[in-house]
Amino acid sequence: MAECSFGLIGKGYVILASDTTAGRSIVKMKEDEDKIKALGPNLIMATGGEPGDTIQFAEYVERNLRLYHIRHNHTLRPSSAAAWIRRTLADSLRSRNPYSVNLILGGYDHTTSTPNLYWIDYLGTMVDVPFAAHGYGAYFALSTLDRYHDPEAPLEEGLETLRKCVREVEKRLIVSLGKFKVKIIDRNGMREIDL
Amino acid sequence: MARRYDSRTTIFSPEGRLYQIEYAMEAISHAGTVLGVLATDGVVLAAEKKVTGKLLDLSVAKEGGYGGSGEKIFLLNTNVIAGVAGLTADANSLINYARSAAQRHLFSYNEDIPVEQLAQRLCDLKQGYTQFGGLRPFGVSLLYAGWDPHYQFQLYHSDPSGNYSGWKATCIGANNGTAQSLLKQEYKDTVSLEDAIGLVLRTMSKTMDSTSLSSEKLEFATLTVDPETKRPQAKIYRPAEVDALLAKHGLAKTEDTESNEMLSRDGRLVMR
Repeated sequence: MAECSFGLIGKGYVILASDTTAGRSIVKMKEDEDKIKALGPNLIMATGGEPGDTIQFAEYVERNLRLYHIRHNHTLRPSSAAAWIRRTLADSLRSRNPYSVNLILGGYDHTTSTPNLYWIDYLGTMVDVPFAAHGYGAYFALSTLDRYHDPEAPLEEGLETLRKCVREVEKRLIVSLGKFKVKIIDRNGMREIDL
Repeated sequence: MARRYDSRTTIFSPEGRLYQIEYAMEAISHAGTVLGVLATDGVVLAAEKKVTGKLLDLSVAKEGGYGGSGEKIFLLNTNVIAGVAGLTADANSLINYARSAAQRHLFSYNEDIPVEQLAQRLCDLKQGYTQFGGLRPFGVSLLYAGWDPHYQFQLYHSDPSGNYSGWKATCIGANNGTAQSLLKQEYKDTVSLEDAIGLVLRTMSKTMDSTSLSSEKLEFATLTVDPETKRPQAKIYRPAEVDALLAKHGLAKTEDTESNEMLSRDGRLVMR
């Protein structure tokens, strides 16, 4: 599947963006699919990969993190949630039926007042990164992000960098991915915006 | 008649009490005192050692390990230390469990276990012995001093029933009532680590049976945060460091009280 998601950190915020097409084989079936799931008040996750697996895995993670929140009266910090998700995927990979899911995890850590971004793939690889991309878009957008990304940039500047990435993908990728959904997480929580 | 219900740890008496649990708590109130005080920039733990004597080999405590003599104060994780009162053998088993639990958390979440969560894990275990039959409950109370990014410095107390609670300053073991009322009078919310150390030592010297303090009778530890790395730092004092600290606070024993056994001028052994 031609899928694509981006993530980038700026001054006090994380932006996650993902395409919204759902398809099978050569058929596009839907163009308003939300692939970015809120995992808690300060954590969001963009998913890609095997269509059934992505939903199943995202819900499994969401409910486990919710259970942790209820049991311990505070949410897991983004770094700990990322470690748990990575371990879950790594364990899954070594089971009879592993999840084929690639993720970008964005969160705001209230204990350190910092935004966090993690790139995770279905093999259980995890990297703490200033910007991230999954899917075919990664081939075009990473160079753009490398050139323009600034971790201290205000929100409008971060969004402009993201627009550059999306434009690059629209221009160079042979298939159209349609509209991108964009979500921002900062100290005030999560919100969705139009790019 | 009460004895009819004693042998079964998990059976309520007609008055609705669990005698074995109450006896365990009674046993703890005769154990060596453990005292903890929460300061703005750290937590302090001190404990009275009961197993002492001239022939006891303490050479390991002087150099090896991570400090302490291994009787009362233990390192549970990089961010938590605990003081125990009660049956030492039971405590060793609980400490082993706590250390495993802390490492399991680190394995799953790549972070130090939050202090309350560790206390909760031990309490879940202790509670089990008040409900499932055939076994004796743990005869141990613990004080946990720790730091985590959620609630910073914390001090918890847990008892054999599986109850736990957070404190600014508290005491378990022998004379805990006296110590607690002393702490209640003297504790201030704005107390610094330095002042808390003084408060702990003063309270210990007043509540302990022996008149003079030394590393032979006292274990001491602090938990702070490294100003550079912002990581928690547990320090369990070695015997020489305890003596130096006591000397600094003017509580060290003087030369002529060095031993309870002294030779009189005519060479006879006199007990004091």
